[in-house]
Amino acid sequence: MTDRDYNFAYLDEQTKKMIRRAILKGLAIPGYQVPFASREMPMPYGWGTGGVQVSAAVLTPDDTLKVIDQGADDTTNAVSIRGFFERTAGVATTTHTKDATVIQTRHRIPEAALAEGQVLVYQVPIPEPLRFLEPRETETRKMHALEEYGLMHVKLYEDIARHGHIATAYAYPVKVEGRYVMDPSPIPKFDNPKLSDCPAIQLFGAGREQRIYALPPYTRVESLDFADHPFEASKADHPCGLCGATDSYLDEVITDDAGARMFVCSDTDHCEDRQPRGHRGKDAA
Amino acid sequence: MRDTTDTTDTDTALLSVRGITKRYGAHIGCADVSFDLFPGEVMGIVGESGSGKTTLLNCVAGHMAPDAGEVIFDTRDGGPRDTVTMSEPERRMLGRTDWAFVHQHARDGLRMGVSAGGNVGERLMAVGARHYGDIRDRATDWLTRVEIESARIDDRSSTFSGGMQQRLQIARNLVTGPRLVFMDEPTGGLDVSVQARLLDLLRGLVRDMGLSAVIVTHDLAVVRLLADRLMVMKDGRVVEDGLTDQVLDDPQHRYTQLLVSSVLQA
Ligand SMILES: Nc1ncnc2c1ncn2[C@@H]1O[C@H](COP(=O)(O)OP(=O)(O)O)[C@@H](O)[C@H]1O
Ligand SMILES: [Mg+2]
Ligand SMILES: [Zn+2]
Repeated sequence: MTDRDYNFAYLDEQTKKMIRRAILKGLAIPGYQVPFASREMPMPYGWGTGGVQVSAAVLTPDDTLKVIDQGADDTTNAVSIRGFFERTAGVATTTHTKDATVIQTRHRIPEAALAEGQVLVYQVPIPEPLRFLEPRETETRKMHALEEYGLMHVKLYEDIARHGHIATAYAYPVKVEGRYVMDPSPIPKFDNPKLSDCPAIQLFGAGREQRIYALPPYTRVESLDFADHPFEASKADHPCGLCGATDSYLDEVITDDAGARMFVCSDTDHCEDRQPRGHRGKDAA
Repeated sequence: MRDTTDTTDTDTALLSVRGITKRYGAHIGCADVSFDLFPGEVMGIVGESGSGKTTLLNCVAGHMAPDAGEVIFDTRDGGPRDTVTMSEPERRMLGRTDWAFVHQHARDGLRMGVSAGGNVGERLMAVGARHYGDIRDRATDWLTRVEIESARIDDRSSTFSGGMQQRLQIARNLVTGPRLVFMDEPTGGLDVSVQARLLDLLRGLVRDMGLSAVIVTHDLAVVRLLADRLMVMKDGRVVEDGLTDQVLDDPQHRYTQLLVSSVLQA
């Protein structure tokens, strides 16, 4: 049921146009952070206001929306954003990756391969990958403009010096089409390979920081590394306890008061889709 | 980095500074300064505090835009070019390849939260080094050359003493084999014994590497030891210049005479 007090998808048309222009610019310059005038949303920063504004700008009445938080459709954040668009846009929603036309996500890329015509919208807390070593925004902007990216490798160097390997496990920096260095948002590095050559449109929205960036379909995205410490898309070395998948990203969950644990797919839709088709893990009931 | 044969003939100045002027509002930072620096030469710039040394150095090194003047550098690929009017990307590229800058305060020239190895390796990575082991080997080599124990390679630079930080800054700058080094009071703010050690080290490096350098200092002992030639600044202008020994032993300008005698009395 649509709440008639709101314009379609909450934002007014003027604001959506402004955001769409930023998105188009982002698609034209893959990986480049486009500033936009972020609006107050009826939810606090940190709850994905950037992603919500991008979703609001791309949604049409015919879309089917899926919202995930760390891979799950049923967490508070995912449920509340899904509810928000059900109310303000009246769009159909789904938990099935393959049935969705727009997927808003926090911290994961779905396991199921995405297809042409789908849009994946990432919630981004910190869009600037150079920030941790160079806090000055004037300077980081210049570094992007002039392709001065030595600093990114300093960060990876420090990782190896301290831990013996590249310990960065989330928000692992990538280079887009050989040009812009980009923060893929805090997805696990396991997901990094899925960023590249993806048939879907990928949009990134940072609300508090007022930045939008984008990857058009089939963009080349490379994870930064060293010749003698190549990038590895690692994950926990277990099969899923519920569906037995050996190729999905896993969460470790505690199952009882005695501290028993099991590894399960972080992508709940993927896991639930596999089980009825006869895939069973060792912990399946 | 590219490995080009040095085709500079000895008649071509590495650096030709012409008429550099910088004002801060109505106040003069430095005025109409010109000099040439030839390959392998060290130019010292002395003068009391406020005489315009830092302003001049920052204008010449491209950290600050002068109001007037040219800074012509004999580039590897394009021969003599005015670095004041070249594009910012080109100038910044020079700044991390053929030029180096040692700051007076290590905090301006080092990344304090980054390890010694990361600090030294940054310029290598900035010009495309992508082999961790190689970067580390070269960082280790350079730490040794500036007399920092290689065992400290993974310590953050903030944990180093003032003298060590200066030496680390020097290693970080020289690792890519720059053709021109700018230094602003490299021994300033250090204890006398620490200064002496740093000076010794610098003299060794200048001699072994045949460095071309412009060194700004208010300390005449520094230029006596390091500089082939000397410029004396007062109120933003050069009042005297010449071979270091000549200027210090037989100063012509009254201000230089004062400067030299005050040091002798000290
Ligand atoms: N940022 C600035 N704004 C205004 N005046 C400045 C600034 N920097 C330096 N000056 C003035 O310019 C003159 C030269 O300063 P500086 O180049 O720092 O001299 P030095 O390095 O020889 O001590 C001094 O009178 C100083 O007060
Ligand atoms: Mg000074
Ligand atoms: Zn599963």
